[in-house]
Amino acid sequence: MTSKNPINTAQPEELTGAQILLKALAAEGVEVIFGYPGGQVLPIYDEIYRTKNITHILTRHEQGAVHAADGYARSTGKPGVCLATSGPGATNLVTGIANAYMDSVPIVAITGQVPSALLGRDSFQEADIVGITTPITKYSYLVKDVKDLARVIHEAFHIATTGRPGPVLIDIPKDITTEKTEFIYPPSLELPGYRLKSTVNLEQVNKAAEAIVKAKQPVLFVGGGVISSGASEEIGKLIELTDIPLTYSLMGKGAFPDNREQCLGMLGMHGTAYANYAAYESDLIFGIGVRFDDRVTGRLDTFGTQAKIIHIDIDPAEIGKNVQVDIPLAGDVKKVLQELNKVLENKGYRPAIEPWKQKIAEWKNKYPLKYETVPGVIKPQFVVEQIYAATNGEAYICTEVGQNQMWAAQYYSSLKPRNFITSGGLGTMGFGLPAAMGVQMAHPEAVVFNIAGDGSIQMNSQEFATIVQNKLPINVAILNNHTLGMVRQWQELFFDKHYSHTSMTGQPDFVKLADAYGAVGLRVEKPEDVRPALEEAISSPKAYILDFIIEADEKVYPMVPAGCSINNMLGR
Amino acid sequence: MKHTLAVNVENRPGVLTRIAGLFARRGYNIDSLAVGKTDNPLISRMTIVVDGDDRVIEQVSKQLYKLIDVIKLTDLTTEEYVDREMILIKVNADPAIRGEIMQIVDIFRARIVDIGKNTVIIEATGDESKINAIESALRPFGIKEVVRTGRIAMSRGLKNKNYKS
Ligand SMILES: Cc1ncc(C[n+]2csc(CCOP(=O)(O)OP(=O)(O)O)c2C)c(N)n1
Repeated sequence: MTSKNPINTAQPEELTGAQILLKALAAEGVEVIFGYPGGQVLPIYDEIYRTKNITHILTRHEQGAVHAADGYARSTGKPGVCLATSGPGATNLVTGIANAYMDSVPIVAITGQVPSALLGRDSFQEADIVGITTPITKYSYLVKDVKDLARVIHEAFHIATTGRPGPVLIDIPKDITTEKTEFIYPPSLELPGYRLKSTVNLEQVNKAAEAIVKAKQPVLFVGGGVISSGASEEIGKLIELTDIPLTYSLMGKGAFPDNREQCLGMLGMHGTAYANYAAYESDLIFGIGVRFDDRVTGRLDTFGTQAKIIHIDIDPAEIGKNVQVDIPLAGDVKKVLQELNKVLENKGYRPAIEPWKQKIAEWKNKYPLKYETVPGVIKPQFVVEQIYAATNGEAYICTEVGQNQMWAAQYYSSLKPRNFITSGGLGTMGFGLPAAMGVQMAHPEAVVFNIAGDGSIQMNSQEFATIVQNKLPINVAILNNHTLGMVRQWQELFFDKHYSHTSMTGQPDFVKLADAYGAVGLRVEKPEDVRPALEEAISSPKAYILDFIIEADEKVYPMVPAGCSINNMLGR
Repeated sequence: MKHTLAVNVENRPGVLTRIAGLFARRGYNIDSLAVGKTDNPLISRMTIVVDGDDRVIEQVSKQLYKLIDVIKLTDLTTEEYVDREMILIKVNADPAIRGEIMQIVDIFRARIVDIGKNTVIIEATGDESKINAIESALRPFGIKEVVRTGRIAMSRGLKNKNYKS
């Protein structure tokens, strides 16, 4: 909490709510807002017109704006900001807010609202957006007095970015944006119910250290919390001290380099066989900034039954929510790990796990991630591998949802945190493209790919216009199987090949679509054309849509059928 | 087992919705919820009675604690506390049987607070079993309407076991 704010001038000026909003955003260090105008936010847009220090990106749909803010936040660690008008504008944000909530992404969503006097009368374009989003925000505000506005914005950014991050919504009636008051940015925050745990329980840390040194078959299981707390270095140190094999949830991808020997890749439904076996047979599962989601644990009553469970999470409510925890460690992952590493180092604790490492190496050998190659046929896994090779693993990878997402998670090696950007908890089709806009805005020089399915890309393809308008050199790699592949995979395996409504006939010609938007489109049908197409897209300053034609029957393996134990895999 | 939670919350708009919504969304069984101001006008006190095993209560408490408006949460069940509920009952009361009703009211140390042409309204406070007892004692006369406040509770003495988050 800041004690003094430089923008508090000696003589406070009278400003309109809209002016206060923009000043406060600037004070919070906001550089870019993704938004869409409308009647109730006109005074705000008029102020944006006059503002020099904040860039506004006009998306083509409010869902695009919120996902872009999300992508910006995930790739930078800074809060993403989006702006929409009341009613339909606000409700179009709902999916994106829920998406950010599930993955604990700091977003501040600002919505216009009908004037205070019209509230509650079903006025034109009125929607109770605070009510609608209460279950999917960390907190939300309806500003009823212009005098509260500055404080509310200050609180919103604080809440969104601290503790377990998450989306915060600020709903501002139109009259509040035109009324005037003195602009005083509150020097401190009064949130008596908002407790941030700053101490680490050393007794628990010692217990954890002792459990670690005694373990014979331990695994680290890391999640998105490691990335959001910036604890990758501490994870590296922990591995250096203990050599314990590591697996991750989808959200934890990038927390530790994929190309390191101790890394077993992803755990769970589409995790690697060796990660799943390791977790299943482990005698110590050390969950770090993960929430033991059902996609990861599979059947709960068989998950880690022989294992002691240590769990670090900043959100105490996550500890014991899904699995019974033996050694709970509530707190910020980075701080807790620093203490733990100290103890391990000082006491020279190192578990004796040679036989376990051997066992895992055998599994790795016997059940590697693999796919069949067929001459003349493009395999999606190959495309993903080639994206890695062509970018040296330095690209920002966004994904859509479905098979494309899982192939990306399996076959793209992430080498550092914050550059694998995907919708984990909600699994939102249409997330990847707008998220890529947010990422590219934050990292203008970086190579950004959106790995997409032909279904997902059509959920927010209007954003190609935003991409072209803003000259963002985003590369979209569509793994085009002409079907809703992941759903089709389930239909094939569990519904007697009843392919009910998963065939995508009537698709647009994606090359012409690219052309229509002023981007470049390439259709790629032969394996030998994959790499050159990628190289062309990467080296060009234009946006590219690469339409890789793949087979509809290609599946994501291994696969743990829903509700099964994780050692029970198809296609390993 | 039923637990009685004393929850101090910020007196801001939407707090009740947030708390009630949390229970609904996460499928917790809420028995009763009573809300009122405290001596500090910025803080309201909720008494929430929840049914569930230890794991459920722990989750409920942690999830409640997570809400930004929740300032303090105490599970009173694990300590000594006083709890009360209030009931208003309107029963049929032809003048001929009013004497009988008044006897029952006396036994329970309740009060008659209104007399209509053929009905009376009785007010009683006490713990849940007493309230249940008076309600069933009056049932034979024909109950026209019942309203109960839900439980309110307070720990005895000074010591409070705060819920550790
Ligand atoms: C908004 C939304 N609607 C529906 C789903 C359910 N769903 C999950 S994967 C999937 C298929 C995705 O198809 P596509 O984008 O073509 O990718 P593929 O699986 O073929 O790679 C569907 C429909 C979802 N995740 N999100």
